[in-house]
Amino acid sequence: MIEPNPHKSLFVASAQTKQRATAEKRFHMLGLTAIFIALSMLAILMTTIVAKGSGAFQQSFITLDVALLEAKLDKKGTRNPDNLKKVTTFGYAPLIKAAMEQIVVARGIETDLTSKDMAAIVSKSAAAQMRDRVLNDPRLIGTTTEFKFLANSWIDGYLKGRVTRETIGKNKNISSAQLDFADRLIELGIIEKSFNIQFILGADASDQRPEDAGIGVAIIGSFAMMCVVLLLALPIGVAASIYLEEFAPENRLTDFIEVNVANLAAVPSIVFGILGLAFFINMMHLPQSAPLVGGLVLTLMTLPTIIISTRAALKAVPPSIRSAALGVGASKMQTTIHHVLPLATPGILTGTILGLAQALGETAPLLLIGMIGYVATNMPETVSQGLLSPNSAMPAQIYEWAKRADPAFYERAWGGIIILLIFLVTMNLIAVRLRRRFERRW
Amino acid sequence: MLTHILILMVLALALLGFWLGKRKAILAATSLHSLPVHYASYVLLMTILPASLTLAIWSLAEAWLLHDQSLTLSTTNNTLAQTDTALKSIVVIIVAVLSLFFAMQKVSPEFRARNVVEKFILAALMVCAALAILTTVGIVVSMVFETAHFLNLHSWKDFFFGLDWSPNFHGDSALSILPLLWGTLYISCVALLVAVPVGLLSAIYLSEYASSRIRSIAKPLLEVLAGIPTIVYGLFALLTFGPFLRDLFGPEGFFAVGWMSDTRSVATAGIVMGIMLIPFISSLSDDIINAVPQSLRDGSFGLGATQSETIKHVLLPAALPGIVGAILLAASRAIGETMIVVLGAGAIARFTGNPLEALTTVTTRIVSQLTGDGDFNSPETLVAFALGLTLFALTLGLNIFALYYVRKYREQYE
Repeated sequence: MIEPNPHKSLFVASAQTKQRATAEKRFHMLGLTAIFIALSMLAILMTTIVAKGSGAFQQSFITLDVALLEAKLDKKGTRNPDNLKKVTTFGYAPLIKAAMEQIVVARGIETDLTSKDMAAIVSKSAAAQMRDRVLNDPRLIGTTTEFKFLANSWIDGYLKGRVTRETIGKNKNISSAQLDFADRLIELGIIEKSFNIQFILGADASDQRPEDAGIGVAIIGSFAMMCVVLLLALPIGVAASIYLEEFAPENRLTDFIEVNVANLAAVPSIVFGILGLAFFINMMHLPQSAPLVGGLVLTLMTLPTIIISTRAALKAVPPSIRSAALGVGASKMQTTIHHVLPLATPGILTGTILGLAQALGETAPLLLIGMIGYVATNMPETVSQGLLSPNSAMPAQIYEWAKRADPAFYERAWGGIIILLIFLVTMNLIAVRLRRRFERRW
Repeated sequence: MLTHILILMVLALALLGFWLGKRKAILAATSLHSLPVHYASYVLLMTILPASLTLAIWSLAEAWLLHDQSLTLSTTNNTLAQTDTALKSIVVIIVAVLSLFFAMQKVSPEFRARNVVEKFILAALMVCAALAILTTVGIVVSMVFETAHFLNLHSWKDFFFGLDWSPNFHGDSALSILPLLWGTLYISCVALLVAVPVGLLSAIYLSEYASSRIRSIAKPLLEVLAGIPTIVYGLFALLTFGPFLRDLFGPEGFFAVGWMSDTRSVATAGIVMGIMLIPFISSLSDDIINAVPQSLRDGSFGLGATQSETIKHVLLPAALPGIVGAILLAASRAIGETMIVVLGAGAIARFTGNPLEALTTVTTRIVSQLTGDGDFNSPETLVAFALGLTLFALTLGLNIFALYYVRKYREQYE
């Protein structure tokens, strides 16, 4: 038996071949690792968002029977709305204390807490909530009515596991005696977690009441801006693309426009914010913090995206269509508007939706024109209010919550991100469906 | 309020013109040059345009003149304004009616209405396209004026060559761009160090190795990563990744080294920004790698090269200019990125090489100087415009260079 020469045999790999095969395998693994890293980042991001944000949709409520004493709320007994309005929220606060004391007696809860400390586990928004309901329906005065109050954010955090007896330490907002008391109320079913629609529909609240803050007004602000962007960016973008793709002569001006469009697509978004501040607010004196201005800024920002995708859609329409139309006597403009444009519509719409999705998630320019989270406190009632009165937008509201010191707001920031992502995913799915459904292969 | 009614009246006149023009064209229908709708549109346009032009010029002049007078003539102002408004409405209506009449005269079978209307449309299309130039000019002009204002109030030597950034309210702030630029570039470098290898290798793997099934799953998922708004990455940096890094490197952390005191740091913002840029780099490089002609690969395989050898020695050198362009575009994105650094990088301007310490960037300072309550004409606020202009110039330079590079490369194989 002769040993095969390692340098000659085809059946035994030489050292060099082995080395090359290992190098090949190594490179393959490297690529796989890169993809794995990228995708696991996505997985980590998504899990974090869902794990930390889903809590925001649940909130702890305290159900209390409150005796709405006539002596406190309507001393004259006239039920005159003007007199009722004179009783401020301070006038309602003692009723909550009384209701708490009443529960302690009725249910036989043993506690050393003062009634003030007991009432402190209810949200600071509770008095205003009672007052609103009484002003709406004065007949309630004198009766004992059931109210479902928000629990204070610390109690809410305790139910969600964010606050524990160890972590509160010397916190002056909550004591372990209050947690004991809350434990008893949970056992009795008075404190309960349930779905919190107010988070989706409500307005932002001051940094003292994280439990009361909602993203609803900011959603309206975002929606108003998207309407402005759609109404302006779509027609202007399509018109610009038609010009550049179908009519523009090959000259310096056209080149200059194209270079500008390409560059604007890559200009940092914050620069558009500076433009908005300097031009729309300081020069044209449009109102600060208004969704109209936000919409204008985002329009300028989205235009290049829409122009680029519209041009691609127009380019995809085969020249034979144009030749056929021109051949039967249509003018260039008629060919474009009657034949090319309708065929390019699905592509244009897809690009527009993607551009809108990009605009919806943009934050930085909005901060500069004053659409900061804390201005989103009032629900606009008319269209012009929706466009002109100060408002925020979803991402700016999330940023505002992330900046606040209280960890209870962080949960809301993550929850806000879930809502924002739901909007974005929906828009992207519509875009994908449009593309699948109407895309034509010529 | 009256302006609304005026506009509505002009519109009504225009619609009337549309109807009249169409009727006249149809009634005259012996052998029309254009379709009736073209004549109608012609009358409509001819009614609206002169009237709205008059209205616009008048309103501008009015705003300019009356604004000056209102300071001195506040008593007579009211009557003056009233006569002015009345006069304006009358003139605009007269212009509209006259132009309607004139346009109707023109409507005849020989008149080439279509050509005229199409020219109008073409002009409108061109104006829309020129908006891109206007936006660029607007950006530059708005920032140049405020920057000039700033440099009048603050010494340019300190802005460009100073070493300190410490705005205060006593009027002797040190406002130098250098420490901010250092922070910006440092964080961008960290981001690129993360994004370029991962993004490039993913693109290579997806286009050269992956089966079509893996590609059809992995590519859309990467696109999802690209579609996530930056505020989400910012929040992730601030609340998840920063605390995680501190748990590793903080004083009470896993390694107990105490290198990191705050959750905000260069690494926090840089690495998260890198994650954000991965899909950006990978999709751009994917396009570029796919544009390399198949014949180059086949030639290399034919000579007996393995796949990785083909990639390293043939594909990458051929695609290098394009990839460099992609990296430059990514760098420009990193420099201009705002939300991740606002939330993740911190607010301390200094020169430090430690990636676990907080630094600040140009974009974070723009946000903080313009969202504060400061006086708008103070150098502390105006410096934001100078920073913005610098940022714009920097990213514009990178973009032009990168686009030029990419374009030149693309043409090579077309």
